[in-house]
Amino acid sequence: MLEVKDLHVYYGAIHALKGISFKVEDGEIVTIIGANGAGKSTTLRTISGLLRPKKGEILLNGVHLEKMKAKDIVKMGVCQVPEGRRIFANMSVLENLELGAYLRNDKDGIKNDFDRVFSLFPRLAERRTQLAGTLSGGEQQMLAIGRALMSRPKIILMDEPSMGLAPILVEQIFNVIKEINSEGTTVLLVEQNAYMALTTAKEAYVIETGNIVMGGQAMDLLNNEQVRKAYLG
Amino acid sequence: MQQFLQQMVNGLSLGSIYALIALGYTMVYGIIRLINFAHGDIYMLGAFAGFFAISAFHLSFIPSLIISMAICALAGMLIKRVAYKPLRTAPRISMLITAIGVSLFLENGGLMVFSPSIRTFPTVFPVKTFSFFGGLVKLTVKDIVVLTVMIVMLILLQYLVYRTKIGKAMRAVSFDKDAASLMGVDVDTTISYTFAIGSALAAVAGVLVGIYYNSVWPLMGIMPGLKAFIAAVLGGIGIIPGAVLGGLLIGVTETLVAGYGNSLYRDGVAFAILIIVLLLRPSGLLGKNQREKV
Ligand SMILES: Nc1ncnc2c1ncn2[C@@H]1O[C@H](COP(=O)(O)OP(=O)(O)OP(=O)(O)O)[C@@H](O)[C@H]1O
Ligand SMILES: [Mg+2]
Repeated sequence: MLEVKDLHVYYGAIHALKGISFKVEDGEIVTIIGANGAGKSTTLRTISGLLRPKKGEILLNGVHLEKMKAKDIVKMGVCQVPEGRRIFANMSVLENLELGAYLRNDKDGIKNDFDRVFSLFPRLAERRTQLAGTLSGGEQQMLAIGRALMSRPKIILMDEPSMGLAPILVEQIFNVIKEINSEGTTVLLVEQNAYMALTTAKEAYVIETGNIVMGGQAMDLLNNEQVRKAYLG
Repeated sequence: MQQFLQQMVNGLSLGSIYALIALGYTMVYGIIRLINFAHGDIYMLGAFAGFFAISAFHLSFIPSLIISMAICALAGMLIKRVAYKPLRTAPRISMLITAIGVSLFLENGGLMVFSPSIRTFPTVFPVKTFSFFGGLVKLTVKDIVVLTVMIVMLILLQYLVYRTKIGKAMRAVSFDKDAASLMGVDVDTTISYTFAIGSALAAVAGVLVGIYYNSVWPLMGIMPGLKAFIAAVLGGIGIIPGAVLGGLLIGVTETLVAGYGNSLYRDGVAFAILIIVLLLRPSGLLGKNQREKV
């Protein structure tokens, strides 16, 4: 279980997260929805160790992550698909996936995971030697997800995977997320696309200007009047 | 014709030395966007390390080269740790100013420790000349050593950057530090390795220069350092093949100008080429005219 308790994060004087708390149970898809600038990316970046909280705790099965190096957090089994994909455009598809497995040494396991990623995303298999920068937006998102899977995470953090994609691709990406989850990987999904997120996740939270203002079953939030007005309008 | 070919050979030898130094500039720039002005002085340090290994410890060429590379690699990592790492989040200009400070420190430290006198580098290779193409080109043993060592270094570097894990990490970090971190790459360690590799290549250049021109002194790094920097910019800073191309180009042009024209212009030529190329191709010969990533 991933547990965030009273997390405060600053950018200089800007108080970006003002004491947020939430839980992600093993094997679930949990989503945090919120508008631009609400603090979604900040939350994920802090969990991954790219930002240091001023106060608060991040616990993975009871182990503190908030002071760990980014690399040790990946080792603990927490991996992120960052906002805007952030693939290595100057490298091939294959090299991007190899970087996903950077901390692993089990050759056979890595090979199996290549096969798994390629069966999940056949389009990547066809383009394995192509430079990642020449992929389409949807393919780049697939690569970013595949790359994260290569670390064999226990929990995968996804920052707006639907951003900038056509509706049909959004649907495809969410199906992949469900598939990854059904194979046993926990998912923490951050989204502006509230409808897709709430219909995919089990638990959900709403974040507004650095505060979690609501939380509960995704189904209940989907039917909540306030949520409908603010995020599903 | 014969003279031209001979000048080309000399130019390529000199250019190889610039290229080896330029690689360090370009690799460090590629990964932390810093012009490491102390890099020319690392080259001086490498030349002295080679000098002492050969003259005081009577080691042969290859062990001396390896020791010099190791010393410079450590020096490079130390400089990165002490001078640059604390400024990681400071504005870029602070690091640049610090680099100039480190350079002055090494130069004046060199003058103090090694004394300002020019020392004669011991003769390591037999003075012998080989003729090729019926006497059209003559190569000395020194030429052959310089060119061979540079080619070996380029192959090693190519292997390191494109075939090893650390090379992959270096390319990932230079492209996108945060994304590399998210893959589990230790950014700080990777930057240290980059300094180490660049400095080791400068050490090779230092030892080769000692062998080729027979002398070392504490301020020897200033001018070649500057020209290697120009070579790196000329080829497209941050681009590894660009540094090699730029280095060879400057070496050859400089030698031709000195051979046919006036050797007084020899130092000015590098700057002239730089200005012309930057006017025509602002991002260097092999640079892509793309927006810099932020
Ligand atoms: N590097 C930064 N420096 C200063 N302020 C920042 C920085 N990054 C984010 N912020 C601020 O922190 C707040 C939260 O930003 P964050 O990126 O977490 O939002 P978000 O919910 O991910 O938004 P979006 O949906 O647009 O991605 C915003 O007010 C933003 O302006
Ligand atoms: Mg965001």
